[in-house]
Amino acid sequence: MRIVVDLTRCQGYAQCVFLAPQVFELHGEEALRYDPAVPDGQLDRVRQAAAACPVQAILVGEQVNTGAR
Amino acid sequence: MPGDLRQGRIVIVGASLAGLRAAETLREAGFTGSLTVVGDEPHPPYDRPPLSKQVLLGRVAAHATALPARRDPDADWRLGVRATGLDPIGKRVLLADGEPLPYDRLLIATGTRARPWPDQAQAALDGVLTLRTSDDAAHLAERLAAGPRRVLVIGAGFTGSEIASACRELGIEVTVAERGPAPLVGALGGTLSQLAAGLQRAHGVDLRCGVTVTALRGDGRFTGADLSDGSHLEADVCVIAMGAVRNTEWLADSGLAAGPRGLACDAGCRVFDQYGIVTDDVFVAGDVARFPHPLFEYQMLSLEHWGNAVAQAEVAAHNMVSPGPSRRPHLAVPVFWSSQFGLNIKSVGVPTFSDQVLIAQGSIAEGRLVAVYGYRGRITAAVTVNMAKWLEHYQGLIETAAPFPPGPGAADARPLVADFPVPSNVPDPRGLCHGPTVALTGHLPDRRLSVVRPAG
Repeated sequence: MRIVVDLTRCQGYAQCVFLAPQVFELHGEEALRYDPAVPDGQLDRVRQAAAACPVQAILVGEQVNTGAR
Repeated sequence: MPGDLRQGRIVIVGASLAGLRAAETLREAGFTGSLTVVGDEPHPPYDRPPLSKQVLLGRVAAHATALPARRDPDADWRLGVRATGLDPIGKRVLLADGEPLPYDRLLIATGTRARPWPDQAQAALDGVLTLRTSDDAAHLAERLAAGPRRVLVIGAGFTGSEIASACRELGIEVTVAERGPAPLVGALGGTLSQLAAGLQRAHGVDLRCGVTVTALRGDGRFTGADLSDGSHLEADVCVIAMGAVRNTEWLADSGLAAGPRGLACDAGCRVFDQYGIVTDDVFVAGDVARFPHPLFEYQMLSLEHWGNAVAQAEVAAHNMVSPGPSRRPHLAVPVFWSSQFGLNIKSVGVPTFSDQVLIAQGSIAEGRLVAVYGYRGRITAAVTVNMAKWLEHYQGLIETAAPFPPGPGAADARPLVADFPVPSNVPDPRGLCHGPTVALTGHLPDRRLSVVRPAG
């Protein structure tokens, strides 16, 4: 699974950092850094983080399948 | 005939953020026809912002930033294939390999590429890099991991500044050379560029402004550079961060309004031809687009912004499958962000569309502030540093053309009258190494005249 955070929307509430600290972290007071490739065993926490985000900035999904149809 | 618009053949040229979001939106809007996405990179759509941040720090692999899809766009992906031309009468996209691709409607989302170093032989030196693609990021991350003695970054725009920030975080010595008076001045104007300069120096960046790099030196391998002030700098790696070039060359013979400033379109993302006549089957979205914006006097804007790529792709896709009266305009207020040296810098509106600026909350000394930009007495932009929660408030003021300077009511308990607006000092982009990430392609608002220079 992959994630992307809409950092245009992110306001640094850092709920995701509390819920999935292995995936999300703050650089300084409010700049969010994250691992776009969800590590093994972190998916539940990432889903919780996406649900808890006050501005709903986290998209969780599969990478698009670009192989032969 | 809305039924017809949901069928047929749609081709999207550009397989990045805008291309992917457009493809998803087409399906969401009920498009059931054939959908083909052409991309010149071999990779599935990926996210670029991490490439100058987490990836350079070695925390995320360069090829691990693939974008999650909102839904399966059920498309035929032609990746690693370059579009070389467009036949608008035969309605075909010409490809570097294989048969031309016929379309009923076309979306152009070819974006930008890194502006290369102008001297080809010098650019080919081992250790001279640019940063735009995930392959670029992989090369640069590898070089940084090898522990170079010094990195030279040419250009102090957002990308150059973020690269310098990553170098310092890794403990690598870095020199930033910028022709303009300070970092980020092309995007944020004079006042905040002083904050950026102080920030870089406080973090140990060897920042040299008002100089140009006259030559890259090396014998096969990059060893250093000559500067216009007569000095010579030794370094192992050189990153060219001189802004972006819009990928429009492939449209040169298409008859469309394409050029170095981008591909012009109307408010509904429909592309203009070279006579200014709007087409009805060719659309554009993302960094390559030039579009009129009512908040900025209908000047044509080109935005190299993540959020604009998404919003414009959604509008373009909606309009591609909607009959005239149901079409929507692309009116989103520009928003972007950058994180560097531990600060989160966000902007709403167009800071370069201004004649004055005022620090409304916080201060440069505190390292957290809101700078508000005005043009002829109305608010046109705001930039927050570590105060992102205020951005929305100012976006509302911009959208309602609220008066500048803004009235009191902000959180800071101090009289605003102490802070007078000062000139925003947005320089002419020609005097900078770094290209602006927002290009106002009409005119700079504090300059009424266009200067025409006769050849020779």
